[in-house]
Amino acid sequence: MKYLMLIWAGLGRKKTRTILTMLSIIVAFLLFGLLQGINQGMNNVFASLNVDRLYIQSRISMSDGLPISYLQRIKSVPGVRAVTHWSYFGGFYQDVQNSLPVFAIDAATQFAVYPKIKITPDQIEAMQHTRTGAIIGNEIAAKYGWKIGDKIPLRTSIWTKKDGNDTYPVDVVGIMDASAYNAGSFPAFYVNYDYLDEARAFGNGSVLYFIASIDDPRRGEGIAAAIDALFANSGSETMTQTEQVFAQSQIKQVGDINLIANSIVGAAMFTLLFLTGSTMMQSVRERIPELAVLKTLGFSDSKVLTLILLEAVALCVVAALTGLGLARMAFGFMGTVFGALSPPMVVIEAGVGIAFLLAVVSGLPPAWASTRINVVDALARR
Amino acid sequence: MTLAIRLNGVVKAYNRGNHKVEVLRDLSLDIEQGEFVSIMGPSGSGKTTLLNLIAGLDTPTSGELEVAGKRIDKLPRGELPAWRARNIGFVFQFYNLLPVLTAARNVEVPLLLTRLTTAQRRERVATALQLVGLADHAEHKPNELSGGQQQRVSIARALVADPSVFVCDEPTGDLDRDSAEVILQLLQMLNRDQGKTIVMVTHDPLAADHATRIVHVDKGRSVDGVARAA
Repeated sequence: MKYLMLIWAGLGRKKTRTILTMLSIIVAFLLFGLLQGINQGMNNVFASLNVDRLYIQSRISMSDGLPISYLQRIKSVPGVRAVTHWSYFGGFYQDVQNSLPVFAIDAATQFAVYPKIKITPDQIEAMQHTRTGAIIGNEIAAKYGWKIGDKIPLRTSIWTKKDGNDTYPVDVVGIMDASAYNAGSFPAFYVNYDYLDEARAFGNGSVLYFIASIDDPRRGEGIAAAIDALFANSGSETMTQTEQVFAQSQIKQVGDINLIANSIVGAAMFTLLFLTGSTMMQSVRERIPELAVLKTLGFSDSKVLTLILLEAVALCVVAALTGLGLARMAFGFMGTVFGALSPPMVVIEAGVGIAFLLAVVSGLPPAWASTRINVVDALARR
Repeated sequence: MTLAIRLNGVVKAYNRGNHKVEVLRDLSLDIEQGEFVSIMGPSGSGKTTLLNLIAGLDTPTSGELEVAGKRIDKLPRGELPAWRARNIGFVFQFYNLLPVLTAARNVEVPLLLTRLTTAQRRERVATALQLVGLADHAEHKPNELSGGQQQRVSIARALVADPSVFVCDEPTGDLDRDSAEVILQLLQMLNRDQGKTIVMVTHDPLAADHATRIVHVDKGRSVDGVARAA
C-alpha cells in the first residue's frame, strides 16, 4: 500500500493519456460485459429449459411442416407420455405492426405437455368446445385490455382463408399465466388448430412441429432416434431434438452468438493489448530519468519492475471494473429488452482475470525495459 | 579519525567502440568521517565518475573502494541499491524530484524502503522539511517551488533516511548566487551539526570554498588536496 503514491505518480504524470487509455479499456470491457452477458445469460436460459420435452420438425426445414397424421404414431413410441403440436399463425391485431405471438394448438394435449401453464380447467374445456376459442397470456390481455368474452378480429399474414379473407374472428375463453416458461419467445396466444385448418386455403393437414413430453429425460436421445426412425425414408422425414437443442438451433438461425461475442471481444482485447502496451512503453520511456532517480535512491531493479507492473494492473483492472460495472448497469436499464439476461458473476470474474492478464502481458515489456536502465547514463541524460 | 571513504589505486575504464578509455587512473583518496570535501577539476577530468563510484552507482574496473565501512568494490551489484538506501544521500544539480508528488511525498520516497510505519515516516518527513526551512511548503508540488526551494526539498530527501555520506553533484549549478549560498550553508550545517560526510563536485570556486577540503582531479588522477579551515 505504501507504494500506492508512486503508482499514482506514474499514472498521473500524463493525465490526458491515462484517461484516454482508461476510456478505451472501459469501452472494451463494457462491450465484453454486454456480449458475454447476453451469451452467458442465454446459456443460463438454455440450461433452465426442459430436457424431457422433444421437438419434432421436418428434417428439411422447420417451415416445411409435418403431416398432422404423425401425431398418433409419435404417441405410440415407447417412452412418449404426451404429444401436442403447434402451427405458427402469423397473427396481428388490426395493423401488421401489432404482431401477436399466435399459435394454433390442440387444447386437449397442450396443457399436458406444458403443465406449468396456470389456467383453470373450465377455461381449457371452454377452448375445446369453442371452435373460435382463444386463450391469451395475461400480459397480452393487460396490454390490449382484453378479457374473457371479448371477440377479437385476429388477422394473419400467412393463412389466407378459402374465401380470400385474412381475418379469423376469435372469442377469448381463457387467460393464462405462462411465466413459468420464461424463454422470451414462449407463445402467449392460442387458437384452435381445427379452426385454422378448416378455413385456410393451403397447408391443410400440416403442423409446424410436434412437441412430445417423455417419461425419462435420460432416454431422450434414444426416444428421439426412435421417432426419427419411424419416419425415415418417408415423404416428410423428421428431426427430433430436446427443447434445449431446439432453442439453441433457433438462436443460431440468427447467428452464433457465442462466436460473434468471442470474435468481437477477442478483436477488442487484441487491440487493447497493443494500446496499453504502447502507452506503458511510452510512459516508461519518458520517465527514464525519474526511474533512474528511484534506483539511485535504493530501489532495486525488481522493485522498479514491480512498480511498473502494478501501474499497468491498476490502469487495466480499475478501467475494466468500471466497464463491467457499466455493463451491469446497462442490463438493468435494458431489462425489459433482454428479459432475465445479465452478466453473471462468472463474466465479471473472467473480465477481471482478462484485465489482469492484459496488464501483465502489456506491462511486462516496459517493466523489463526499466530494469535495463543504466543509472549513470540516465542521470547524465545520455 | 575514522575513514568514511577510502580509494586505493582505483581505475575506471569504459569501452568506447574498439578502444578502452581510462577515466580514472590509479586514483587514491582518503576522506575522513565528518569531512566536507569539494572535488574540482576541468570537464572530463573524472569528477562525476569518482562521485558515482563513491555513491555505489558504478563499480571500479580495479582497485579498492571502501565507503561507510564497506568494501563496495566487492559488493554484488544486486546488493548495491539496498546499501545506497542505507548509507548515501544524493543531491543532484537538477534536483530530480518526482513532478507529480508534493514536496512531502518526494521527501518520503527513500523511507518507503524502510520498515517505518506511515506515522513514523510522516514525522521524519516533517522534521526534514523543518530542517531545510520548508515546513510550510510540504504540500507544494515541484513546479510550484523555486529552484532554490526544490534543491532544499532534494536535500531534505537526501537526509531523511539519515545516511552517513552525502554525495552532491553540482548542487548549486542551476541556482542564482543567493539561492546557492542558502544551499551551501545548509550543507555546511549538516556537516558541522550532524557530522555528515559530504563529497561535493563543483565547478564553482565560491561553492568549493564552503568545504573543509578541496580535492583537484585532472585526467583521472587526484592532483592535490587542499585542506581548509572548517
